[in-house]
Amino acid sequence: MSRDVKLDRVTMRFGDFTAVDDVSLDIRAGEFFSFLGPSGCGKTTILRMISGFMEPSAGRILIGGENMAGIGPNRRPTALIFQNLALFPMMTVADNIAFGLEMRGVDRSVRRKRAMELLELIALPDSADKRIEQLSGGQKQRVAIARALAVEPQVMLLDEPLSALDLKLRQHMRTELRAIQRRTGLTFIYITHDQGEALTMSDRVGVMSRGRIDQVGLSHAIYDEPATPFVATFVGENNVFAGRLAAVSGGVGTVETPTGPLRARVAGDLAPGASVLLFVRPERMRLGAGADGPNTVTRPVSHVDFEGNFVNVALEPIVEGGRPMLVQLSNDGRIPAFDRGAAVAVSFDPAHARILAAGEMAKE
Amino acid sequence: MSDLLRRYGWPITLFMIGTAAIWLVVMVVLPALVMVEYSFHPNLPVTKRGGPEDYYTIANYAALFRGVDLATWTFPNDFKVFVRTIWGASLVTLVSLVVCYPIAWHVAKVAPPRRAALMILLLIIPFWINEILRTFAWYIILAYQGPLNAVLLGVGILEKPVRWLSGSGGVIIGMTYAFLLFMMFPLINAIETLDTNQVEAARDLGAPTWQIHRRIVIPHAKPGIAVGCIMVFVLAASSYIVPALLGSPGTRWFTETIYVWFFEGQDWPRGSAYAFILLTLCVGFIMLVMRVFRVGLADIAK
Repeated sequence: MSRDVKLDRVTMRFGDFTAVDDVSLDIRAGEFFSFLGPSGCGKTTILRMISGFMEPSAGRILIGGENMAGIGPNRRPTALIFQNLALFPMMTVADNIAFGLEMRGVDRSVRRKRAMELLELIALPDSADKRIEQLSGGQKQRVAIARALAVEPQVMLLDEPLSALDLKLRQHMRTELRAIQRRTGLTFIYITHDQGEALTMSDRVGVMSRGRIDQVGLSHAIYDEPATPFVATFVGENNVFAGRLAAVSGGVGTVETPTGPLRARVAGDLAPGASVLLFVRPERMRLGAGADGPNTVTRPVSHVDFEGNFVNVALEPIVEGGRPMLVQLSNDGRIPAFDRGAAVAVSFDPAHARILAAGEMAKE
Repeated sequence: MSDLLRRYGWPITLFMIGTAAIWLVVMVVLPALVMVEYSFHPNLPVTKRGGPEDYYTIANYAALFRGVDLATWTFPNDFKVFVRTIWGASLVTLVSLVVCYPIAWHVAKVAPPRRAALMILLLIIPFWINEILRTFAWYIILAYQGPLNAVLLGVGILEKPVRWLSGSGGVIIGMTYAFLLFMMFPLINAIETLDTNQVEAARDLGAPTWQIHRRIVIPHAKPGIAVGCIMVFVLAASSYIVPALLGSPGTRWFTETIYVWFFEGQDWPRGSAYAFILLTLCVGFIMLVMRVFRVGLADIAK
């Protein structure tokens, strides 16, 4: 059984600082939802408010339609998995898993049986009487999940639990977490600053910046149709061209930029004359001048990174001191040799670029 | 040792180890050995020492237990004092632990940093005052016509004043206060190292406050509790000033008995033997605590 979580105009202030600013959001029952954002964006504060360790300064949190105000973390239908896991080192693995049941006064033999079942579920059946320090990082991870599942929560809250693992294990655990979520059918709320984690695991992602949610959507919508300059630059790489919107027709706008007019799809209602940013993903850029004329930029090569399956070519910034222009080329065996300083023409399809109203971008 | 050698070379290493060794040997080991030697001799005038009446004996040690009769449940005076000292020091240890634990928890985990620092300061400042003065202060507070009785009578908790200083109460209160910091700091240090997430994890899993302490905090703070208990017990068992000032004739402490044998009885061998019995008791307590709390010397040194 899982429940939905509703944030209704939730605000959290610490003195003068507003960590979470008027956030409203519906997380569906049985959904894998991720909050994605840089450190300090308020995502951990949201998680701590849902788990009950903090009470919001204003607004309501409802779990399964029930207002959680004044209900402590030990009486909420949530289970939190901590960033450092917070396993109890003085107890055995089985005692860790059964801790929540022990606190609920469940009989020792029943506790043991349930712990063994969960150890089976996380594929560690022989570790019941091991000590926590005898486990590897990935095993600890799974014990922490089992410990949280043991109390049969309706909502699982995960605070960047994979951040301490090495890359290989992290990728493996992503699949495993997703599988556990599917098997149990629980609502998972996941906090991360790692876009890869958020995009691969989640049903929906909420991108946060400065205490607000910039955009909520499916992974590919977040990536392909960012709603704000922050989302466009925080999630994945993006080339940015600043300028003034000259004309709009049929959803495609023309932007006057320092490198000439560029065309792209316009997001939302933007009138000519507006100060805008045009975004193009590096992998949507192609070598050579475009067929439709204007969307071509010619710049000297500043450096080339060979990554194996693809090649990253950085071109000199269009404006002095700006971000270099990035072009990602798939290594199809036909990539020419680039000389540093030699001018290269690149272009993009207007359908693959996006115009947004000017606003704050993510820090490099 | 080899580490020191590599870092400082022979002369400095020798100097460092040598001074420490001289300190230990001259100030601690040799006087103790002299006392051990005394304790195994009969009490003789100076002229007869080394003569035919001088021989090795364990009579001074046996003297403490001479006259103990379990059948009639009679105990000689010195033995009673010895047992009372063990009991009293244990009680002081327990009371200290009960008093210090909530404060240590508050300072280490609950109070914001500024308040924690202020609380530690407030704990330390009274200890800048001489121990005798602090003990006298308690003498005044606990006096029959002193402020404690006055306040309790005024508030209406008591109907007639209590003689706090007539039983062991004054000694227990005075010692708990005198050795408070020796329990407090090991506890604060131990609790501080506990990862706060563990407390929150336990709470999130449904643990009520007392279970969090029973299952998470106390097991983690075990080495600190052990150190605090050892410190307070040893200090209490070997304290002289507090029982001398706050005790009554009926609540003599074993240290006072030792003093009497040395300086009033002029029986140094007997006094030495008693002193070693007290030392053995303390070492025994330390080993017991380490067994009970299942901590090693390395845990305690942390």
